[in-house]
Amino acid sequence: MTESLAPHYRQPLLKTPFHERPRALSQVDSFIPWAGYTTVDVFTTVEQEYFAIRNATTLYDLTPMVKYRVAGPDALAYLNRLVTRDVAKLKPDRVAYCVWCNDAGHLIDDGTIFRLGVDEYRICTAERQIDWLLDSGVGFDVEIGEVTEHIAALAVQGPTSCAVLETLGLQGIEKLKPFEIGYFALGAHRLTVSRTGFTGDLGYELWMEPEAAEFVWDALMAAGRSRGIRAIGSQALNVARIEAGFLLPNVDFVSAEHTIRTGRDRSPLELGLAWLVDFNKGHFTGRRALLAETIRGSSRRLVGLDIAGNKPAHNSLLYTDDSGKREIGNVTSAIWSPTCKRNIALAIVDAPHFQVGSTVWAEIYLNRELVWERRMSRALIVERPFFAPERRRATPPAEF
Amino acid sequence: MNSAISQTRYDCIVIGGGHNGLVCAATLARGGRSVLVLEAAAHLGGAAVTREFAPGFRVSAGAHLLHLMPADLIHELRLESHGLEWAARSMPTTALLPDGASLTLGESAAGQRLSPSDSQAYTQYTARMRRFAAALAPSLNRAPPRLGTTAWADRLALLRMGWQIRKLGRRDMRELLRIVGMNVYDLLEENFESTALKGALGFDAVLGANFGPRSPGTVLTLLYRLAAEALAGESGLSTPKGGMGALCQALAKAASAAGAAVRTGAVVRSILIEGDRAGGVALESGETIGARCVISSADPKSTFLRLLGPRYLDTGFVRRVNHIRSRGLCAKLHLALDRVPPFRSVPEAGLRGRLLVAPSLQHIEHAYNHAKYGEFSAAPVMEITIPTLNDSALAPEGHHVLSAIVQYAPYGLKEGWQSGRQRLVDAALESLESFAPGLRGSVIGAELLTPADMEQEFRISGGHWHHGDLALDQFLMVRPVPGAAQYRTPMDGLYLCGAGCHPGGGVMGIAGRNAARAVLDGEATSP
Repeated sequence: MTESLAPHYRQPLLKTPFHERPRALSQVDSFIPWAGYTTVDVFTTVEQEYFAIRNATTLYDLTPMVKYRVAGPDALAYLNRLVTRDVAKLKPDRVAYCVWCNDAGHLIDDGTIFRLGVDEYRICTAERQIDWLLDSGVGFDVEIGEVTEHIAALAVQGPTSCAVLETLGLQGIEKLKPFEIGYFALGAHRLTVSRTGFTGDLGYELWMEPEAAEFVWDALMAAGRSRGIRAIGSQALNVARIEAGFLLPNVDFVSAEHTIRTGRDRSPLELGLAWLVDFNKGHFTGRRALLAETIRGSSRRLVGLDIAGNKPAHNSLLYTDDSGKREIGNVTSAIWSPTCKRNIALAIVDAPHFQVGSTVWAEIYLNRELVWERRMSRALIVERPFFAPERRRATPPAEF
Repeated sequence: MNSAISQTRYDCIVIGGGHNGLVCAATLARGGRSVLVLEAAAHLGGAAVTREFAPGFRVSAGAHLLHLMPADLIHELRLESHGLEWAARSMPTTALLPDGASLTLGESAAGQRLSPSDSQAYTQYTARMRRFAAALAPSLNRAPPRLGTTAWADRLALLRMGWQIRKLGRRDMRELLRIVGMNVYDLLEENFESTALKGALGFDAVLGANFGPRSPGTVLTLLYRLAAEALAGESGLSTPKGGMGALCQALAKAASAAGAAVRTGAVVRSILIEGDRAGGVALESGETIGARCVISSADPKSTFLRLLGPRYLDTGFVRRVNHIRSRGLCAKLHLALDRVPPFRSVPEAGLRGRLLVAPSLQHIEHAYNHAKYGEFSAAPVMEITIPTLNDSALAPEGHHVLSAIVQYAPYGLKEGWQSGRQRLVDAALESLESFAPGLRGSVIGAELLTPADMEQEFRISGGHWHHGDLALDQFLMVRPVPGAAQYRTPMDGLYLCGAGCHPGGGVMGIAGRNAARAVLDGEATSP
């Protein structure tokens, strides 16, 4: 296990190695805690930052993302027993989105696995869970340690992001395919770049030593000036990730390690992540329970909703019809999508109402100058993602 | 490496030829299954074995008293016609006291140090505890119900357990529920005045347990022991002729007579998986043997973590198995003597029974305190038998064997058993000498089996006699862990049948029989 550099109990909120830069750019002093770090919620306005994601290039400080190093002769066997996806198919210098479950087949967390070498991997995830990872290591010849504080990370996302990185001097960045990892030098610093992100747009994530953080930030800001580069906070990112249909822990699902009430756990099948579950790769934690669920059928599913009107269905309960008598689920994330120009949401819907094409009714509460109004809005169950531009996959990306 | 594949495919392979493995095999064979028992050692019996420890001297290496095996099991397997003979039955218990006095416990209590009110209280106390034990006893004979299911069988079994307790009547039920979570120290303080009596009665609550008399839940461990004794019948403390190994010989004959094949010297290296199912075993020799199901009498940690392997199991399950408290704390002392040990003031009948060195609850608690910190007490508590007084064939003419369970001897002794071994032998001998002056001079051979030795010799991880502490959190539906408490395991076709399962250790055999029934039932319901 890696010793923490600045233990959390000495300092309730840590500062990321980039901190001084966002601090200086923050115009509205809106900071929020994230995984033990202080991070920016909004720099200027959410709209301004959101449109930079979809039209220019954005910087987002990703350092608080929890990172674990997994290495050793059994690393692959260990990961394949941990997650539901077949990690054997993951080639070196590639990234895979994965989920892992408890014995009951309920989601503990999702995250990305980076294959950095033959026997060396990195797990990036939202929640700290070293106990689960270590307990999963019983019987495997594998080293598991947290490296969050040893790696500074920056998301560079948006349609002009490739051009900005080229200007920065990352030669060949345009050849990097989605979910691929590349290695670059910038001045005296080494950069690991993965073509990954949480925006559903063209974008990259830059991984570096903490010492390189401020240098890289400054260099990026300089390189991106002519392409509208802008630092963004978590709120703008949240709008983009809902459009992309990505799940947020503790919003769209609660880790099975944290739930208290029965029925609050979610399986990957319920979350619409069946494509991540490989029953043919051998045993993994939760396999027997998930196999039973495929036979039994899931009792609920996470779906996308396209809702009538323009009022976001925040926290709405869902019903079979507009009488609001029979409750069949609830909204977990909702926004007015500025790019799709649609009123969209992610929601959990009970069987058998979760089929794409079905209609449900959302109960939306509106605060009109302190008077609450209730509105039943028709909602269509639709495919996710809501927004998936070709540019997110195009290699090489278009030039700007 | 020899990789011969055995042509025969059995219905069931039983890993381990200890008493539970053999009971399981015999029951399965009687149920019409083809069964193969694989024992790693050169002889059967596991820890229930009689073996030579000094030239010409033999002794039961593990438990030296048989008092928990149900009479109906002995009858069902016709062990007496398969060679089981008794060297002694209904053996009395005598507590050795420091001042040379002693106290005899049986149907009544007798001794110089006993107050008249204690004699009366003893009769009431034993009657009441027996009633409680009788209410709990039926639960031992069945697979425990699962919690949190909607299955009728589970609900019914829970109701049945509740009904057994309710049937005691209002007063007894209240009293049982009052004391069941208590510690035995408080219970005995409530009932008795005599220090010696309390010590002797408290000893049975902590024998083989990782507890002192003041540890919570020790009333339950005592009731559990009494419940198993209630199932065992009227014969009380007994020893088979030829020691515990003779019992396993009879069990092996019963299993063979029913058609089971038994192999010794067959060390299982791993359980084979076919699809997502146990499909046989691989031996250290390289040989593989196929079977429709595999039943392991090895301890749960060995079975799941070593023989099967965590990669075939879920993390949460492995986490629970890993957390089973299974560090042994009993040592076994065997002495070869050239004469009858000269215990003061113990009548002949008492010497033929069991002797306790547990002069007070305080004494036991202090001995336990050391174990908590990885040490042993200079004044250990002991359960002693002199098997040769009932069965002279175990030693040369005129010679004797003293067999003692020495507690507490922690598995993870801080100083290590290399140097600790002789110091514990000395401590035990010093204590014995004080009750039997001159005993030390009659010792012509000695052996101490520490928990570490038992781990080595009997392949029990942690060297724990019961394959895991008997404690509230490791009883019934949580023994050994939820998900494997009904003898089935998360791996289809793999079952447990050892002491790590409900109802636990001691030479009882119920786990083996319950497991066999689970296998037979399971096959009846699945295609």
